[in-house]
Formats: sequence, structure tokens, C-alpha cells
Amino acid sequence: MVENRPLLNFVSHAVLIIGAALVAFPLYVTFVASTLTFEQIMTVPMQLTPGDHLVENYRQVLTGGTTTGSRAAVGGMLVNSVIMALVIPIGKISISILSAFAIVYFRFPLRNFFFWMIFVTLMLPVEVRIIPTFKVIADLGLLNSYAGLTLPLIASATATFLFRQFFMTIPDELAEAARIDGAGPMRFFWDVVVPLSKTSMAALFVIQFIYGWNQYLWPLLITSEESMYPVVIGIKRMIVGGDAANEWNLVMATAMLAMLPPALVVLLMQKWFVKGLVETEK
Amino acid sequence: MEKRVVFRSPWLPYALLAPQLAITVIFFFWPAAQAIWYSFQLQDAFGLSSQFVGLENFQILLQDENYLRSFRTTAIFSALVAGLGIVLSLLLAVMADRVVKGALAYKTVLIWPYAVAAAVAGVLWSFLFAPSIGIVTYVLKGFGIDWNWIIHGNQAMLLVVIASVWKQISYNFLFFLAGLQSIPRSLIEAAAIDGAGPARRFWTIVLPLLSPTTFFLLVVNIVYAFFDTFGVIDATTQGGPAQATQILVYKVYHDGVKSADLGGSSAQSVILMIIVIALTAIQFRYIERKVQY
Repeated sequence: MVENRPLLNFVSHAVLIIGAALVAFPLYVTFVASTLTFEQIMTVPMQLTPGDHLVENYRQVLTGGTTTGSRAAVGGMLVNSVIMALVIPIGKISISILSAFAIVYFRFPLRNFFFWMIFVTLMLPVEVRIIPTFKVIADLGLLNSYAGLTLPLIASATATFLFRQFFMTIPDELAEAARIDGAGPMRFFWDVVVPLSKTSMAALFVIQFIYGWNQYLWPLLITSEESMYPVVIGIKRMIVGGDAANEWNLVMATAMLAMLPPALVVLLMQKWFVKGLVETEK
Repeated sequence: MEKRVVFRSPWLPYALLAPQLAITVIFFFWPAAQAIWYSFQLQDAFGLSSQFVGLENFQILLQDENYLRSFRTTAIFSALVAGLGIVLSLLLAVMADRVVKGALAYKTVLIWPYAVAAAVAGVLWSFLFAPSIGIVTYVLKGFGIDWNWIIHGNQAMLLVVIASVWKQISYNFLFFLAGLQSIPRSLIEAAAIDGAGPARRFWTIVLPLLSPTTFFLLVVNIVYAFFDTFGVIDATTQGGPAQATQILVYKVYHDGVKSADLGGSSAQSVILMIIVIALTAIQFRYIERKVQY
């Protein structure tokens, strides 16, 4: 604080409060809507205080979905989402840390070529190769499978970069000492590199958990069975017609369930989240 | 930057790289190559045979009124998303950087839309703006505005822009806040001693020093608007009404999956790839140089 300006402080707080309110408003309305009955939600204007159907709505979607749209139980979808949100970060971290280790700590023919191969994948987001990637998955017989949902998403240039960047900051003396003591590369990897990388791994995990949980286009393409839908697709399937035809109270309960896990991860691991976000973009 | 101390092994580095390279080749290079290949092919209606047609798919695309309109839609959409997102989050970040009390609380509220999936964000906002039961629609009606994004193209566009910006504000906010906090206090203090007020300091010191962050965010936001907003669009307008919100990515999906036009969709994919490569190149060129002022 350079100088004390009460008026400006007041304006700052006012802007932040308005901003925070606007950001939080849809979330609050979603929560309220998820506690109302169908009749209550169809009354215009909708009430803005929570109703008393919270338990009923959530029980209904968890076990039976909606009655007008998709009837698939959200409980099973949440399991699919959890699988995606765990397998993708763990897979990504595992393969990236290995490849970054190879690129930083070894000299071998074609090293730069491989590095560039990984690098250019940055330029091929799934959205630009929708149809051919779908065909590959279909040819491999991976439609409607967890492998199909997760495998194509675990290759990532950003994670490899993050680890490469971090390995560059590990003092050479450590590798030297390890070599003098007779440790081979894998021993050095497990006993020195992995423990030192824990912070980067945690940060990456948080970001990739959210990434995996929130996948939409990819599951939309390769899942056709309700039992394989992640919850984000499930919500979409509940919306069937004009806005009066949907059971918005149930849709909103599902939306709450779809938002809660990643939101909790962000809030509880805020420090790692911010670190991960800022570092993966370097 | 290279390591001085390295290990030697004739096979180990390849084994370590193998998993990542396998996935990269199978799920990135092979499909991308196929997209390029299909883009030169014309398939019959049943997908049974195809023939090489050279650049015909591209020619058809570039003469297609719908495709050109989709380009225009994407340009407007990404300009609005990037512009609004950056301005709003810069405003919030500058204010959050000033306040001492409650800073953590504001930050916590502002960052959590990042955790919401694009499709869920779309559903949330389409509920708020639902033509018959939406609560915002009700308020707008009070002001005499007839809100129905299912019929009016501009309102549909506004809806997807709002949902997309809402989701992206967290990200921009965090980067601006980090950028602001890395500006040396001594510069601000020196300016204050010289008699520059807060507004003047913002325009002549803070904003120029934030230019690398702003530029970086501009590219990231454009990429976001081009690709990651697919969920928002699919969950709300599905490109409608009358293609008013059909951005390029949505058109690739629509033509390829729903209309099964393999050649046309692949040609669009190739054009999108060129756009991504250009954006990534711009980003790296400038970020490497760390441009300021």
C-alpha cells in the first residue's frame, strides 16, 4: 500500500464484491434450484431461498437419473468421472516424468527429434482431429471402454515440459555424487529425482484432475452406452427439449454433483492449484 | 541449457521414452496424418469408396457461404471472449492487489469457476437465461427486454460469450494477480513520491509492465475461445439459432459426426490445425523474447 486513499479502498472493495457476487450468482442459483420441487422451479420467478427437497432430488439423480430425459443413474457416472480424473493425471505424470528424465539425463541419437515430436503435440488438440482419432479408437476396439476414455488424453507436451524445466534446476552435483557412489540411472531416478519432484507432481495432479473430470468432447464421441458416460455428459443428456420440459431441479442437482469434486480440489489445494496453473504454462 | 552430468546407456533412454512416444504416435500423429489424407479425398454417401480429389474439398469449403460465416462467427466470438475476459479480470486483479482485508476470500470465490466444466457452465447459464423460466429472463422482462436466445441469434451469441467469459475469468485473474505482485514495489513508490496518482501509475507503470502477461493471456484466451468452448456451445445453443453461434470447432464436429461428411470435416480440421500452429508459433516467439512495452 503506497498511500492511504479511503475512497479508492471503498471502490476496490465494491468492485470486488460485485465481481464476486456475479461470479457466485450462477452457483448459488444452481444450489437453490437443486433443492426445489419441479412445481417450485416452474414458478416464475423462481424463489431464491433454498427449498426442502435437497435430499429427495439428490437421491433421485444418484440412483435413477431424471424421469423425462436420461434415466441413467448419476451414481455410476460419478464413478466414471472419478476414474477419468484419476487415471489421466496419474498416467500423464508417469509417462511424462519418464520421458523428461530420458531427455534431460541422457545423450542419445535422435534425442532432439523425439523432443520435437513431443513438442508438436501441443499443436494438435483433440478438437482438430476429432474424426480420425475416433476412427483409431474404433479400429482398436476401444469404444465404450475406460482405456479409450483415458489413453488418448494422457500424452501431453506440457507435463513433459514442466518436468524438463524442473530437472534443469536440480544441481548437477547430485547426479555426480550419485554416480560416484555407484548408483545407476534408475536408482538415481527413484531415490533423488522422484522425491525432489513431489511438489511439481502435486501441482500437476491438481490441474490434470480438473482436466480429466471436465472432459466433454472426447467422451461425447466415443461413448454411446449410458454406463460409460462421465457425469458431464450425463447432464447434457438430461436436457431433452424446451426449457419447460426439463426437470431442472434434477438437472441442477446433477450439476452440483458434477461441480463439487473439482471445486473441492481447487479450494482445498489452492496453493498447488495456483502453482500448477502458472507453471504448466511457462 | 544442457546438463553437464549425464548417464549413458544404449537402450534405457528409448525405453523411458517409449510409453509417451507410443501414445503420441497412435493418438496424435496417426490421426493428424489421416485428417490430412482424408481432406484430399471425396467419399460417397455410404463411405464405401473414396477418390482422390486434390484440393477440391478446400475449394468447396472456401466458397461455402456457411463456412465463411462460421469463420466470421468465430472471429466475433473469440474477440468478445478474449476482450471481455481480459478487461474484467484485469479490473478485478488490480482491485484485489490493492486490498488487504478479505483478499483471500475474494480470491477463493473468483477462482472456482475454473473447476466447472465448460458444458456445465453452459447448462448453468442457459438455465439462468431460459426463455420461459429463467430468473435473469424474468428480470430483463421487467426492463421491457424480450429475451429469447432460442430465436434471436445475437442473444444466443451473448449467452455463450457470457458463459465462456465467466469460466475463463478465474484463469486470467490468477495470472494478472501473479503479474501484478511481481512488479517491484520501489517503482510504484518512486512514482508516488513524484506525485503520480493511482490512475496515472496504472497507465504509465503497471499496464506497460503487465504487457507480457496480457499478451500471453490474449493468445491463451483466443485458443480457449476457439477450442475449449465446445462444451459451452454444445450444451446451450448447439450452433443455433440459424448457425448464429456455430464456431469452427463446432462445425467440424457437426459436419463430421452428425452429417458424416468426412472429406469436408477433415479439410476443416486441417485448416484448424494451421490456425493452432500459427497461434502457438506467435505465443512462443513472443514469450521467448519476453517482450515489454
